[in-house]
Amino acid sequence: MEVIETDIAIVGAGGAGLRAAIAVAEADPSLTLALISKVYPMRSHTVAAEGGAAGVIKDNDSLDNHFHDTVSGGDWLCDQDAVELFVNTAPSELLQLEHWGCPWSREPNGKVAVRPFGGMKIERTWYAADKTGFHILHTLFQTSLKYPSIRRFDEYYSTDLIVEDGRCTGVVAIEMRSGRMVAFRAKAVVIATGGAGRIFPFTTNGAIKTGDGMAMAYRAGVPLKDMEFVQYHPTGLPGTGILITEGSRGEGGILVNKDGYRYLQDYNLGPPDPWPRKKAMELGPRDRLSQAFWHEQQKGRTIKTPQGDVVHLDIRQLGEKKINERLPMVRELALAYVGVDPVHAMIPVRPVIHYTMGGIHTDIDTATRLPGLFAAGECACVSINGANRLGSNSLAEIVVFGARAGRSAVAFAKANPTLDPAGNAAEAAQARLRELFAREGGNDTVSGLRKAMNDTMESGAGIYRSEDTLLATCGILADLRARYRKVPLTDRSNVFNTDLIQALELGCMLDVASAMAQSALLRKESRGSHQRLEYPGRDDANYLKHSLASYRGSEPPSISYCDVVITRSQPAERVYGGAAT
Amino acid sequence: MSETITLEVLRYLPETDSEPHFQRYTVPYKDEWVVLDALNHIKDHLDATLSYRWSCHMAVCGSCGMMIDGEPKLSCHAFLRDYRGGVIRVEPLDHFPIERDLVIVMDSFMNKLSSVKPYLIPREEKPLSAGEYLQTPAELRVFDQYTQCINCLLCYAACPQVGLTEDFVGPAALALAHRYNLDSRDGGKAERAEVVASNEGIWECTFVGACSQVCPKQVDPAAAIQQTKLSSSVDWLKDMLTPGAHK
Repeated sequence: MEVIETDIAIVGAGGAGLRAAIAVAEADPSLTLALISKVYPMRSHTVAAEGGAAGVIKDNDSLDNHFHDTVSGGDWLCDQDAVELFVNTAPSELLQLEHWGCPWSREPNGKVAVRPFGGMKIERTWYAADKTGFHILHTLFQTSLKYPSIRRFDEYYSTDLIVEDGRCTGVVAIEMRSGRMVAFRAKAVVIATGGAGRIFPFTTNGAIKTGDGMAMAYRAGVPLKDMEFVQYHPTGLPGTGILITEGSRGEGGILVNKDGYRYLQDYNLGPPDPWPRKKAMELGPRDRLSQAFWHEQQKGRTIKTPQGDVVHLDIRQLGEKKINERLPMVRELALAYVGVDPVHAMIPVRPVIHYTMGGIHTDIDTATRLPGLFAAGECACVSINGANRLGSNSLAEIVVFGARAGRSAVAFAKANPTLDPAGNAAEAAQARLRELFAREGGNDTVSGLRKAMNDTMESGAGIYRSEDTLLATCGILADLRARYRKVPLTDRSNVFNTDLIQALELGCMLDVASAMAQSALLRKESRGSHQRLEYPGRDDANYLKHSLASYRGSEPPSISYCDVVITRSQPAERVYGGAAT
Repeated sequence: MSETITLEVLRYLPETDSEPHFQRYTVPYKDEWVVLDALNHIKDHLDATLSYRWSCHMAVCGSCGMMIDGEPKLSCHAFLRDYRGGVIRVEPLDHFPIERDLVIVMDSFMNKLSSVKPYLIPREEKPLSAGEYLQTPAELRVFDQYTQCINCLLCYAACPQVGLTEDFVGPAALALAHRYNLDSRDGGKAERAEVVASNEGIWECTFVGACSQVCPKQVDPAAAIQQTKLSSSVDWLKDMLTPGAHK
């Protein structure tokens, strides 16, 4: 197997991976750097983020406000030292993007403009119309071209971390165009591979979001933290799950049920007027809004369509000019995919899987428990998002913690410059792949198992969960994982074999799904996005803790807990609507 | 029986095929389906060996460009309903080598993009502590359209000049160079001109305008190239009159 020696390897070239790469290149241009991704950087799913990135910049706002919004938004499951660091660093990181050319939308005086977002007390979300993720990703990618030390390995699918003597010393990957395996031997490795929304059938997430990096770290012995917390975004298009940004509500859009009634007022988010109003009604947090939809559905007050039940998002009151200026993509997407022009008609929407709050357990410096391994972005759990992420915090998170991961990796590589001669860890990865290629027979297919996983996650681990549904899901996942170990490939060729890649992705998703379901089963309380029908209240006495799922091969994960870091905000009731401050 | 539609898909596996051939698949017809949904149906239910790129399914990641009935399109944005009643021919994007099936080799584009220095070269360096570069909405509007390129390469597949001249920098990369040249914060136009205004740059363009017609994001690379030609000519003239002064 070819071995590529590099000081630092970064897996994933979306927002967090690119930001990490630039941080490494700027910290020390003499360091060698391999930026490895299963897709070309501009295909990474950061591209699909719409509404904006949160960072305090205006005089009417304060870091304290952003801190408290984030901590209460996360239902006090955030680590407050991490949130503090995050809100303090977000403004300069967003400004850095501005200095690199990001086309932020502007005020008439030329300063960066901000818009209101859900759960945020004051407007602080920087935006580039409604294509913020697209512009951040392309700005970072294009800027990365400046740095000769960033050596990209586009369309290399990483399969395994190399771990030797308790240290992460690299990563094994498949060069997709040839099918050949390559071992990257590195002094430090950063995982920045994004989330795992594709575990569910109905998601805003692109096909590539299959939790590969989470699974690699998990199998290498790093726990996955808070995996039971999966965010439903309240407004996705029926059928496709295409995201309609929260920015559309930030600009004044409203949600109504089949009677044209602004139903959110029935769920502790009202009164409806005056509108727009921060932290109230349609600008409540995503968990509350998605849960309200579920209740409306139970009451029979949603609208039936062939693609499932929906409510209506109405942005007509903004008028054509403002829609074109602030929400051009919303208009474009609604027109193309549901045949609705939001200038003249209401957009059908329903809750859709959007974001994994949980992820690879890291400390505030992005370091994992495995020396030499770092993680940042959606694949990681620092945790700033707690039990429910506020919209527009994740685009800030990828640059804040992406840069931090790059610098942490540099420091580690310099402090630990010597790698022992390579052992046979990379060969084990190759053997696993050979076994997969050699399999024959059986009736299962990769797509069949994937659909079964999707279905059981939706039915058992959705917006509301119960003991029965979660037990059923855990059982089905155990069965699917056993069958997965025997599923044969249809395609045994080498060049750009997407049957192979999908099989490997499915293996990652099944492992990550079992961590989600098992963590959810054992958390017997309701907090943020994790709602248990038989345990409707938050239980701080027993569950003000992060869950840690540890990999145990073919067995379900073991779940342990660690403390939440609380510095200056004691857990309290989350208040939105009229009583919100 | 419910309605179906047939796709005729180019297949090419370099390990075993001496040349590409077409394979037909019949899939369910659904009004709301795009060609990508049909390909995913094939992949999941009929033939797992078919390979193609895709991810976002919302026309922003730029992965799934293909020739659909001879026209470069994003397959996630090409609705079956627009092809009803016929056989849909699906091929990899024109003007690129085929890696496999519908997957093209796009190294040439990545190198061309890099060559035009598509990043901000600040007119005036300033530290982060000095805050943002001011830019009015009017100044943003000057270049905003050219920031919208998703690198889907439909314009390369449409451009006859790309087909004739391998080294032509091409529409998307030239439009991105123009995007930075027009940015009020940028001062890198002269640096970019080495490539942009070279023989393989803007002057290769014969202004057919096909790039702008197929662009799914209304970037209008043809306009970018014509504006750059004009501006380069003016720079050239200025340089002739007062050498070096305009830099």
